[in-house]
Amino acid sequence: MAVTATETEAHPPSFLRRYVFSTDHKIIGIQYWLTGGLMGILGAFLAGLIRLQLTWPTTQWNLLAKVFPVGMEGGFMKPEFYISLVTMHGTIMIFFFVSLTLVSGFGNYLIPLQLGARDMAFPFLNMLSYWIIVPAILVAAASFFVEGGAAGSGWTAYPPLSAIPEAAPGSGLGQTLWLIAVALFIASFTMGGLNYVTTILNLRARGMSLMRMPLTIWSFLIAAAIGLLAFPPLTAAAIMLLFDRHLGTSFYLPEGLFVAGQLLPNGGGSPLLWQHLFWFLGHPEVYVLILPGLGVTFDVLVPFTRRPAFGYKVTVYCLLIIAFLSMVVWGHHMFVSGMNPLIGEFFSIGTLLITIPSTVIGVNMIATLWGGKLRLTSAGMFALGTICFFGVGGLGGVFLGNAAADIQLHDTAFVVGHFHFMIGGVTLLAIFAGSYFWFPKMFGKILSETLGKIHFWLTVVPFYGIFVTMHFYGLAGAPRRYYSLSQYGFLDDVAWMPLVMSTFAFAMMAGQALFVVNVIKSLWRGQVADKNPWEATTLEWTAPSPPPHGNWGDALPVVYRGPYEYHAAMGGTDFVPQTAPQKGG
Amino acid sequence: MGKANRPGPFGSTSGIILAAVIGALGVGVFVLGARRYLPPVASRHGIGIDAMLVYLLVTTGTLVVLGHLVLGYFVFRFSRGREVSSSLPGVRAERIWSIVPALIMTVIAEGGVLVIGIPVFSELYTEGPPSDAIVIEVTAEQFTWNVRYPGADGAFGRLDPSLISAENPLGLDPSDPAGVDDIHELALMYVPVNRPVRVRLRAKDVLHSFYLPYHRIKQDAVPGMTIDLWFVPTREGEFDLACAELCGFGHYQMRGFLHVVSEEEFERWLEERRG
Ligand code: HEM
Ligand SMILES: [Cu+2]
Ligand SMILES: [Cu+2]
Repeated sequence: MAVTATETEAHPPSFLRRYVFSTDHKIIGIQYWLTGGLMGILGAFLAGLIRLQLTWPTTQWNLLAKVFPVGMEGGFMKPEFYISLVTMHGTIMIFFFVSLTLVSGFGNYLIPLQLGARDMAFPFLNMLSYWIIVPAILVAAASFFVEGGAAGSGWTAYPPLSAIPEAAPGSGLGQTLWLIAVALFIASFTMGGLNYVTTILNLRARGMSLMRMPLTIWSFLIAAAIGLLAFPPLTAAAIMLLFDRHLGTSFYLPEGLFVAGQLLPNGGGSPLLWQHLFWFLGHPEVYVLILPGLGVTFDVLVPFTRRPAFGYKVTVYCLLIIAFLSMVVWGHHMFVSGMNPLIGEFFSIGTLLITIPSTVIGVNMIATLWGGKLRLTSAGMFALGTICFFGVGGLGGVFLGNAAADIQLHDTAFVVGHFHFMIGGVTLLAIFAGSYFWFPKMFGKILSETLGKIHFWLTVVPFYGIFVTMHFYGLAGAPRRYYSLSQYGFLDDVAWMPLVMSTFAFAMMAGQALFVVNVIKSLWRGQVADKNPWEATTLEWTAPSPPPHGNWGDALPVVYRGPYEYHAAMGGTDFVPQTAPQKGG
Repeated sequence: MGKANRPGPFGSTSGIILAAVIGALGVGVFVLGARRYLPPVASRHGIGIDAMLVYLLVTTGTLVVLGHLVLGYFVFRFSRGREVSSSLPGVRAERIWSIVPALIMTVIAEGGVLVIGIPVFSELYTEGPPSDAIVIEVTAEQFTWNVRYPGADGAFGRLDPSLISAENPLGLDPSDPAGVDDIHELALMYVPVNRPVRVRLRAKDVLHSFYLPYHRIKQDAVPGMTIDLWFVPTREGEFDLACAELCGFGHYQMRGFLHVVSEEEFERWLEERRG
């Protein structure tokens, strides 16, 4: 198994081995958490530029002209630069913010700690997975500064736009770099997934049966499993796209294409093939992100309601059902793609089945409050916010899974509003809930509650303001990925909306600065955390804050009970850690 | 390490504020959603799609409000520092609490799509256009719409991509007599009101999407495929045509117009265009 505590004490590792090229899951987790956070800031900055263009298209931004001399030449945004911004905002947020911070960050940090293990099953692979992400990010960032600019075919990279370099400025080198970045990401994520599944199945502490695992662990296990099943097809698809781009194959290119004044020699392929392969990954991918969001929410919620997670077993089964269904509904992204419409009806019915286990998870979250004694900490409040977002986002999904309604809503701002609530919002709030909650464990300091609460209000309320409004902007017909929407008469009645959305967006971005300040300030002179500041029951709270290399001293914890025992008040406390032996046992 | 490191007292005030805001957010969504946003419908099947959308707005809107109010109430009630309930939810309570919402959701989601949604969807896609439909060919390209009507012979001329040039944007084969009288328009369509319109949708270069917001029509145009769609315009007027699938930097300006006119005016227009 992994390194033992004594071994490390004997050979104190160098600074480099300890904090940079570390194989310790906690350091790797924190590296992911931080890297993802920085990418989140970059992604938000790009979102800010998008909002500037959509709201004040005629204003001259001289400062931005200095940063992006080509895309913002003379202080005005070029349409191709706008499309690159949308593409890179989505790509960065999904692959390099939420995936890294939530799944890789908390996953690596928590899996051994909550299972009672000293490290992940393959620590070296784990280190490698992080260090592959670094070039992926550099490649993605560099693409902004190459000829033609960054990729401009959306985060979905549909061919032929993404396959033919002449089809758009961003389809040149920028698109190639995009594909390389995503391929590196997949390689890294696959290593991580293997590690998650192996560790969770093999390295559980004595007594930690599957049904005693915290829901966070369940959600990471299921997410890693669907990730491992869904990523290989996308990898294959991406390689085929690279072949089409550089080796003259025609997997996605039919006969008779006429691009930029030229007839292309390709023939025999179909653009729809990419869409099937992409969404076969893409849909499960959003569950790879959202399931950990839900798991984390439960684990953060419970210590602040002082009640067990309501319906633990049912929730586990629902997570499994969702995971299964998520693999067979990818076609709901393709109702109007030209795919056989009969299959569309099948996908519609299948998609709406997902609402059933999702509803059960949502009401179980709400019911976890019943009979409790709420402690409204920042972490707990963010977890409550996640429940709201999951509700709004999920109900928006009922519209989009409905093939008839989707004819009108597909590729409009409604979709953008919906997925921001789900993969943007549920995950964002889960990241914050988890950060406020586990920060004391990660760094031994408690984040400021005052700043935390202001941060909460400046996140949740503006988020509704932006993305609920965006739903209705889409219902009014506004197409997505539009550089400007001013010429369409049907949008006259909702022409007030962009300003509202942008105002909230900038308020929300300002609010996020408080989190950065909070982290820095608390690291520097925050309140020192003891082992178990929230009086929680799971195993990570039995290790010191922060835990040493190897997590526990000589003896690993032994588990005697389920993860959420907050009912039986014994010895003046209202919680029983998982390590407390059963009475008489 | 003692009390200082525990979360401080969290009084009921913050609970009341949080509860109120959660409730207000739910009500806010509902109030915002109770307004009309859909562009006024202008096609026959669009009425069915609107019925679907309105049904969803009402049902899910109700659930949004209910969900927020219940959560808000729970926050209000259980943040007031009472003792933790020592009893655990029974198996029965647990079952009821999950089965009832699941049933409601099943009825709303699956019921809606089966009863209202799928009939509209399958009328559009499986029944196909009636035989008296006007046939128009629309070929999308970066960044405009080529619209072609068959001439008096009712037949489209053959197309050959190798013949495409600036003067011959579709690659019409001059040796095919059927094509001689074809009518070519740019980003402009004329159709008579209340007659089914059948559009044969093609694309020259990349994906586009034929989007008529007032007519509740959206269909991707895929290179290498000819996709049939149809609808019945029910109101006269000039309507927007937009592109709904990212096709490059000019995506946002791929605007077109659909003129829905009376039968006589349509005939007049055709006559005139045939020259
Ligand atoms: C800071 C708050 C955010 C704001 C104001 C924001 C705003 C936007 C806007 C305006 C668009 C473009 C819509 C269009 O014209 O098509 C967009 C696209 C997108 N956003 Fe965000 N966003 C935010 C955070 C996030 C987060 C946290 C995620 C995480 C997953 C995310 C994922 C995406 C994706 C996937 C797209 C689609 C890109 C594409 O069309 O290819 N966003 N966002
Ligand atoms: Cu999906
Ligand atoms: Cu377009």
